[in-house]
Amino acid sequence: MKAVWTIAKRELVGYFTSPVAYVFLVIFLLLTGFFTFTAGNFFERGEASLAAFFGWHPWLYLVLVPAVGMRVWAEERRSGTIELLLTMPVATWQAIVAKFLASWIFLAVALVLTFPAVITVNLLGEPDNGILFAGYVGSLFLAGAYLAITCMTSAMTRNQVVAFIVSVVICLFFILAGFNPVTDLMARWASPALVDTVAAFSVVTHFDGFQRGVIDTRDLVFFLSLIGFALFATGVIIRGHRAG
Amino acid sequence: MRPLSKLVRISRDLAVIKIQNLVKAFGAKRAVDDVSFTVERGEVLGFLGPNGAGKSTTMRMITGFMPPTSGRVAIGGFDVADSPIEAKRLIGYLPENAAAYPDMTVRAFLEFAAELRGLTGGARKKALGRVVEQCFLEAVLSQSIDTLSKGYRHRTCLAQSLIHDPQVLIMDEPTDGLDPNQKHEVRNLIRDLGSSKAIVFSTHILEEVDAACTRAIIIDRGRIVANGTPAELRGMSERAGAVVLQAQGASAEKLSPLGRVEQVNGAFRIYPADKSKAGALAQAVIDLVSRERWKVEGMFNEAGELDEVFRRITLPDTVRKQ
Repeated sequence: MKAVWTIAKRELVGYFTSPVAYVFLVIFLLLTGFFTFTAGNFFERGEASLAAFFGWHPWLYLVLVPAVGMRVWAEERRSGTIELLLTMPVATWQAIVAKFLASWIFLAVALVLTFPAVITVNLLGEPDNGILFAGYVGSLFLAGAYLAITCMTSAMTRNQVVAFIVSVVICLFFILAGFNPVTDLMARWASPALVDTVAAFSVVTHFDGFQRGVIDTRDLVFFLSLIGFALFATGVIIRGHRAG
Repeated sequence: MRPLSKLVRISRDLAVIKIQNLVKAFGAKRAVDDVSFTVERGEVLGFLGPNGAGKSTTMRMITGFMPPTSGRVAIGGFDVADSPIEAKRLIGYLPENAAAYPDMTVRAFLEFAAELRGLTGGARKKALGRVVEQCFLEAVLSQSIDTLSKGYRHRTCLAQSLIHDPQVLIMDEPTDGLDPNQKHEVRNLIRDLGSSKAIVFSTHILEEVDAACTRAIIIDRGRIVANGTPAELRGMSERAGAVVLQAQGASAEKLSPLGRVEQVNGAFRIYPADKSKAGALAQAVIDLVSRERWKVEGMFNEAGELDEVFRRITLPDTVRKQ
């Protein structure tokens, strides 16, 4: 566990010593603000909730999370430091988990910095803060799922741009599988059971419950197993290209 | 009881690095083909070979970065495939091109390496002080690695490999890209460290073999083609044991009964018919000179040249035929 913490700490410090992290944070906060208050019609809704805020997260993360995670392994491979890291007395899974955790913590920090939205809605009305909390938990797991997928694609290549694009495409599939316009289209020719099965693989479907304030074990299991699977695949990919 | 049994295991087996029938195949191509050797404590092994001969691949397998296609690597009695963590603990590794995290300062990078090696608090501070002194990094400690010159970056990565005072040191081209002074320093460091460790370093600079190695292995197209002390390798040279004579009045005709004679820049090089009797050749030449009353301007015994040996045994067949 100590090795995991050592590596995660290095990654985190790495994030905060590079200007890119601050650019990311500013862009993330500007975009959440824009989508919530302008595009999301926060004021016109007349309800004391952050539905306008959370509703955009699957789309916002689609671009921002791969931007955070694309360098995780691609950069190690490009610069050759992967050889240094994996010849240290640490197991490969420790390095994978550590790098994932560091990026996840960074995303959590970004999410925490959206607290003015919570303050705003509390000043204007009397929202159910339990629902808001559940929304944040769901959002964090959503970001974690995208991040794990990005770690996986990042391990496939030494080119960050490739990692970014492939991650966006994969994450997009996980949105579209449960995106209403898509499921409606599918319902025209597919059986309801099939539509439901496909939708069950979508992050949107599982994020919905959190937004309504329900922390359902099934949704948690979905996100955790998606993360677990993607990180396991990362391990397989890394072992693969080490073997040559 | 475990630490004691470990100790016994290590001290009983002098060969700290033991490599048996190592093979690495990339598709149909065998990058490393049945390589076996051992390195004992106190030995500095130079790993020579042309580019692409399989040096880096072999080192990656020794350090546990790459699993071999077949064969075994044992470090201090620990099999790299079966107990990778224990084996890696004993190794310090300087990868090719001295990879290091560019966004970190030298100090942060070394502290990171120390922590991964299990050094904390006072022990970490002491280790840091030691390697900073060994690798002359005092001046750049708080500089970030991407602003360092190549020489400093190399030494930073070298310091990383020494931080836990490992029993085994694996270095992939440790002097690559350094200026002559830095090369000299690194070679001296390697030689000093060699007395208490088992060291393997790869290079394609032959003078390094003389400067730092107690033994050298030449590898070509994945196979070991020579293994011996620098003197033994030099002895494989055609010229080894030849006598070069520069004397007024000397002629190839008179010298030819002693062996094959070759003229070089006004001097004569006489090859012994039998390499093991090279000493007798020198005496025979002296006898001839005094009999013929030639005026000797210079005479010496050739020890052989490493680069000639290297070229002869690592040239591709196609080139050799020409």
